Amino acid sequence: MEWLQQLINGISLGSIYALIALGYTMVYGIIKLINFAHGDVFMVGSFIGFYSITVFGLGFFPALILSMAACALFGVIIERIAYKRLRNATRIAALITAIGVSLLIEYGVIYIRGAQPEAYPNVFSNRSFEFLGAQISIQSILILSVSVVLMILLQFIVHKTKTGKAMRAVSHDTEAAKLMGINVDNTISATFAIGSALAGAAGVIFGVYYTKIDPLMGVIPGVKAFVAAVLGGIGIIPGAMVGGLVLGVVETIVSALGFSLWRDAAAFVILILILIFRPSGIFGKNTREKV
Amino acid sequence: MKKSKQFWPFIIVAVLVYTVVQILISNGMLNQFYSNTLILIAINIILAVSLHLVIGITGQFSIGHAGFLAVGAYLSAIVTMKLHLPFVVAIIVGGIVAALAGLIVGIPSLRLKGDYLAIATLGFAEIIRIVFLNIDAVGGAAGMQVSHLTTWTYAFVCLVITIIVIVNFTNSRHGLAAISVRENEIASDAMGINTTYYKVIAFAIGSFFAGVAGALFSHNFYIIQPSQFGFLKSFDILIFVVLGGLGSLSGAVLSAILLTVVSTYLQGYPETRMIIYSLVLILVMLYRPKGLMGTMEITDYFKLWRTPKGGGQHGK
Repeated sequence: MEWLQQLINGISLGSIYALIALGYTMVYGIIKLINFAHGDVFMVGSFIGFYSITVFGLGFFPALILSMAACALFGVIIERIAYKRLRNATRIAALITAIGVSLLIEYGVIYIRGAQPEAYPNVFSNRSFEFLGAQISIQSILILSVSVVLMILLQFIVHKTKTGKAMRAVSHDTEAAKLMGINVDNTISATFAIGSALAGAAGVIFGVYYTKIDPLMGVIPGVKAFVAAVLGGIGIIPGAMVGGLVLGVVETIVSALGFSLWRDAAAFVILILILIFRPSGIFGKNTREKV
Repeated sequence: MKKSKQFWPFIIVAVLVYTVVQILISNGMLNQFYSNTLILIAINIILAVSLHLVIGITGQFSIGHAGFLAVGAYLSAIVTMKLHLPFVVAIIVGGIVAALAGLIVGIPSLRLKGDYLAIATLGFAEIIRIVFLNIDAVGGAAGMQVSHLTTWTYAFVCLVITIIVIVNFTNSRHGLAAISVRENEIASDAMGINTTYYKVIAFAIGSFFAGVAGALFSHNFYIIQPSQFGFLKSFDILIFVVLGGLGSLSGAVLSAILLTVVSTYLQGYPETRMIIYSLVLILVMLYRPKGLMGTMEITDYFKLWRTPKGGGQHGK
């Protein structure tokens, strides 16, 4: 049952992509900005998790929550300092700023603690059980369930709370939302906080699953998560989840077929095909361009 | 008219600069370190100016320029190292193949706009890098040995040709069409301009010169590896254009010179260099979103300065 094993690996990887992609898609949906620094928030989350487990001796769940809280704060700080002034700037200016913020976080972390990688401590037992002939580790089940719980929580926040309603309103029409008395600035900050918290959680999960973290680890997963967001239809929350899972499974299949060096190219080929043939993504609606 | 007025002074200045530097190098007044820095400056100016044509003139935001640099670097290295042909042939082949790569990448992706185009070009550049990583004939991840052939003469002649071609393109009908695409794509489409054609042409010319720069680049560093052509290289080129001013050729040239000198002195501290780069990107975008010079050229400043005395009859 080789394929079942690969499918489970793919879904575990995909759920990490999906968690990061959610932050991209929410931010893009609300202020039309590709937040390049999102992959670096993921990296910072991973390091916060690492230090809280090794230095403060916390367990997995307290470390996860601490990392999410710290990343939420970090995301809001980034938004307030760098992006808030650019609300009315051109999209290109905002994109260049985002690239700048991303480089600043990466090299800031390298400047502070050096570029050497760290090995994540083992927080779960390595037990695994057999299911239909596939070896499934307790670890991957836990990771998967944490991701699913976080996604359900996100759906609850977006659809059932007042903040979520405000977020949907602002992303639909910022001006109208402002006229209806919604505090647009706070809503955008809330979006950044939630997206960054999810990236922080993804960082800790990534660390536990792949055991090696370093300051430039966020670049490739960040870009791939963006691919996942585009694949599902950018701005659409269920789209990011599905896109992440599809991307994870496709990548695992490509490496299982023996093309592991081409794995990174697979994501970009998917991106380009999607952009050329269906730029609005799987769940997206076509919009007409206006003058 | 504007062009012919600036053409000969430009050539004279170029010949003067070349002669002075060449005399200094052959006299041994400039040692290896300085002449290498000058060659690096010339390569970076070619890169900056070629990306300026794509981003500044045509307004197509490409962040995958390092991909075309890689194509030029590898193809020219194959020409000199495997086929044992002269370096001039290698430069031309590097440029032409990079231009072809530019066409292949440009035709599908230039239908996209803004940030989608940026991400697509980033993706294509990464695919190009991964392709070179997987070809064993060019050394894979370990890289490829290249002999040192780039001299100040080659670098400077390529630089002058690049600037002349791109300035002439900008001032021609095609260049005006490209600028109209930058200013408003839908409006220029409505005026009967074939926007896709001009976008692809500008992209291919930009890629051609990136390939030329790649040929000079690979024959200057003894070894080329796929890891030299990643995201960071594209961002390095991007910052030249952004800092100089989106749409200003002289701005791109000046910022390429400035940043190359700065990064040469910060070579021992790569983190500090990247932190400075990123802060420059953020601060320029926050406080001067059009770059230091906007769409102005150096010669425009001369005109501004002359206008009050000359009574406004400049230019014609």
